[in-house]
Amino acid sequence: MDGMAGEKSGLSWAVNISVVIMVLLWLIPTIGLFVSSFRERDQISASGWWQAPFSVELSYRTRGGSDATEDNGTWTVTGNIFETDEVKSSFTSGESTVSAFGDSGRNPGEYPAGTTADLGDGETLTVNEDGSYTYTTAEDPGDRGPRIYFVAETPPEFTLANYRQVLTADNMDKAFINTLTVTIPATIIPILIAAFAAYALAWMDFPGRGVLIACVVGLLVVPLQLALVPLLNLHNSIGIGQSFLGIWLAHTGFGLPLAVYLLRNYMVGLPRDIIESAKVDGATDFQLFIRIILPLSFPALAAFAIFQFLWTWNDLLVAKVFLPSDDASKVMTVKIADDLLGSRGGDWGILATAAFVSIAVPLVVFFTMQRFLVRGLLAGSVK
Amino acid sequence: MNPFLQGIITIVVGVGGCIAYFYFSNLFLDKVLFPARGPKAGQNINRANQIRPWLFLFPAIFALGLYLAYPVVGSFVRSLYNRSGNDFIGAGNYIRLFESPEFRTAFFNNILWVIFVPAASTFFGLLAAQLTDKLSWGNIAKSLIFMPMAISFVGASLIWKFVYANDNDIGLINAIRAAFGAGNPIDVLQIPFWNNFFLMVILVWIQTGFAMVILSAALRGIPEETIEAAILDGANPFQLFFKIKVPQIMGTIVVVWTTITILVLKVFDIVYTMTGGNFDTEILPSYMMKFMFRDDGLATAVAFVIMVVVLPVMIWNIMQARKEMR
Repeated sequence: MDGMAGEKSGLSWAVNISVVIMVLLWLIPTIGLFVSSFRERDQISASGWWQAPFSVELSYRTRGGSDATEDNGTWTVTGNIFETDEVKSSFTSGESTVSAFGDSGRNPGEYPAGTTADLGDGETLTVNEDGSYTYTTAEDPGDRGPRIYFVAETPPEFTLANYRQVLTADNMDKAFINTLTVTIPATIIPILIAAFAAYALAWMDFPGRGVLIACVVGLLVVPLQLALVPLLNLHNSIGIGQSFLGIWLAHTGFGLPLAVYLLRNYMVGLPRDIIESAKVDGATDFQLFIRIILPLSFPALAAFAIFQFLWTWNDLLVAKVFLPSDDASKVMTVKIADDLLGSRGGDWGILATAAFVSIAVPLVVFFTMQRFLVRGLLAGSVK
Repeated sequence: MNPFLQGIITIVVGVGGCIAYFYFSNLFLDKVLFPARGPKAGQNINRANQIRPWLFLFPAIFALGLYLAYPVVGSFVRSLYNRSGNDFIGAGNYIRLFESPEFRTAFFNNILWVIFVPAASTFFGLLAAQLTDKLSWGNIAKSLIFMPMAISFVGASLIWKFVYANDNDIGLINAIRAAFGAGNPIDVLQIPFWNNFFLMVILVWIQTGFAMVILSAALRGIPEETIEAAILDGANPFQLFFKIKVPQIMGTIVVVWTTITILVLKVFDIVYTMTGGNFDTEILPSYMMKFMFRDDGLATAVAFVIMVVVLPVMIWNIMQARKEMR
């Protein structure tokens, strides 16, 4: 439509470029997390994730060989630093360059590669860029080789080690199951309750209907925070306490206003003819609902199910209040927010991986069911 | 019992119970209470039809009443009692709150959130909706901008930790600063006042997609004649957008704005995971969690303050809904 009067191509370029920039801005943080979750721990702290495909300068510690050759009271050890036992595994490809070396852990890059360092007591050490080193000393070194520190370009390394650790050692597998356990009943149970109520509010005539709809709209915005203390006390006094049953009930209650509202809005829009002709044919309200309304409302039911799934899966507040805080019943969000961020605040690889494990399922649901989600959003707010 | 098994049983009992309730209560109504036969058949059918809506509504009304309506009253009553819940202290908790500087900070920050987040999300959402509208790859762009909606606030906070980290090799912001020659990395979450905005950016990042999807549908719904007429009259693209399109979707913009405002008042996760409320970034929902499990009186008082802030939006929403039904 815009193009009818002849769209300027300059403007169209500007639009394309601005959209590209916007999409990149929105995407980059998530990509960072994704890339980081596959990187090796040392590499994460040595270079940014945006440099992940390039080599990293890492410092290493190793011990030179011990077979010294004596010549006029000078013992000499030679060899290649990349082939020493302690670091062999990091340099399988063999192609790497040393940029600096040293003899103390405090300053592993004290001397540039290729120079000869005087270590005192008649000891000298030379390490070349290709890794070959020469160590000379005035005393018999015995069978212990010299301690050498060096800084070398290390090829990029991607690993599943973070995932292995998160899924096995950190109780994240348990938390994953717990999240699933909370989410599925909390998604399914409200749907049926809401569908019957929505049908009554949409197609049955009775006094007080308007007031009830207004109440549902009002309850849509009641802050969850209000419900926490009274409901927890209620659960404690009737013996549910902090438990899975408690959180299922809570999520059901909190999800109902949206469910009733969405489904009613959708059901009101169903064609009147179908419903009236069914009634003329003698269908009862119950039959009408089960046979006609429910199947026709599938898109709205799916939309609500996706909403409720995402909301319960991602929830932190309700889980913190209504579930016990022991390790056996922690869900993933609580696990990440309370355990990992606290005790492993500096372990970026583990944090990224745990976060990615927790957002993977919602992302899959999101991308496969986007159509329903969008339709549901629109049913809720645009007329 | 294994919680997962317990979950499956709950689904079966819950769904089965619902179906059984609806089926048997209808059966009871039609066959036993008001059977459609005998001398009063017609009257009975009418009576049954008057009662049936309430059968359909009962479970929902019960759950809504117990889980949302009762807590509003329950919280208010509880907030008038002291910590143990034994002594009535009237407005004591509220007075304590308003006297504490922490609460005032949280309240002030929350007002910043309520102003900035909906405004920025709606603005970017509208921008994205308009820009992607005529693009051949617009749908892909939209679905990528929409994606953060699926990510939890905790996950989003972690994602943004990799942007804000106080380390040139992890935090994107510090890396960019370093590329422009800045020396030491800074912790943006500790810059007074502005750190609030760095936290808000996370929520804007999440909510822009929501605003975009709804506004983009609204833009599509604008009658083509108005746009054609404007183009024929020589309107340039900017005039077309600001003078023709925006006024026509103003209603939807307001709906988006209020929806995000309500959401802002619920989100405690971002502050909780990013700063734990330190460095003066506390907001009311996260401030409330400080008292949860410790002092129910104060916790409910904070919750009720949030409720009072939400109240105007709630009333406006109800009025809109009633207008639509007429």
